[in-house]
Amino acid sequence: MHELAITQSLFEIVLQHATQAQAKKVKSVRLVIGEMTGVVADSVQFYLELLSKDTVAAGIRAEIKMSPARAQCKKCGKDFTAKEMQWQCPACGNEKLEVTGGKELFVESIEVE
Amino acid sequence: MEIKILKNILSVNDQVAGKNQMLLKQHKIFTMNIMASPGAGKTSTVLQTIKALKGIKVGVIEGDISSTIDAETVASAGVPVVQINTGGECHLDANMIQNALVNLPLEEIDVLMIENVGNLVCPAGFELGESLKVLIASVPEGDDKPYKYPGMFTAVDVIILNKIDLLPYVKFNPEAFNKAVKGINSKAEIFPISCTTGEGVYDWAKWLKKQIKKQ
Repeated sequence: MHELAITQSLFEIVLQHATQAQAKKVKSVRLVIGEMTGVVADSVQFYLELLSKDTVAAGIRAEIKMSPARAQCKKCGKDFTAKEMQWQCPACGNEKLEVTGGKELFVESIEVE
Repeated sequence: MEIKILKNILSVNDQVAGKNQMLLKQHKIFTMNIMASPGAGKTSTVLQTIKALKGIKVGVIEGDISSTIDAETVASAGVPVVQINTGGECHLDANMIQNALVNLPLEEIDVLMIENVGNLVCPAGFELGESLKVLIASVPEGDDKPYKYPGMFTAVDVIILNKIDLLPYVKFNPEAFNKAVKGINSKAEIFPISCTTGEGVYDWAKWLKKQIKKQ
């Protein structure tokens, strides 16, 4: 359910920057979404279509880069992707980890005319 | 033409959260954002904690999708309560808290407990302006939850494991749970409690009082 709130926030950012650039049309927005945020990409696109109606960004397309859950092993220092959220170092089997990625949630850029 | 932005999507929320934090600090209020799945025992823990913090003035913000059941329960403990009905939203955000703070007697509060909407995903991403993020897990949910909800389990400062009186009846390995939590969030404190028997509440409250004093 929190996709609506998140899409509203990101759409405000999009419109603000589009206005600043005096854009006639916003074609697409690039987003980076961490896997651990639980944000569903399809829902973001769906809400974007609704929110963008009758605005300069009508028909905007979301290009979403999902950022996987990542961690660093506290024992051997290996950096790895926690595939399917398996929280164990693939090199040494240690389970004491520093979570280093997967919570990103930002607007990278927009494509305007 | 491409325009680089690189802006956190929740930056507007974070700004409002910053304002909340300033207001709360001005009033020397220690604020807890209490998160959990539905039925983990948030309201029971709030009530037990209010009792254990005897002498400290508590205020409560109750977040629910609908109803005022929890607010009424908490109000019966004699503390000021504001109910937020999110009307479908699965989490509280900083703006809702900003509006709720207007309706609380801030001069008369030392500790503010914000009971978030029951959900282990969405609330983790929304800063409210709190001093402490608390997660209440419970024994019947199973010991594998830290791995299933890493976003939440890595976001919090302290984890209360509630309903330990059910340990003899439920398949739950406390060691596996602790190991999972410490594996991904080594700084998190864990306090096993039972709101039914009162076990463990003293230790939790003792630690909490220390954090309140620190602020």
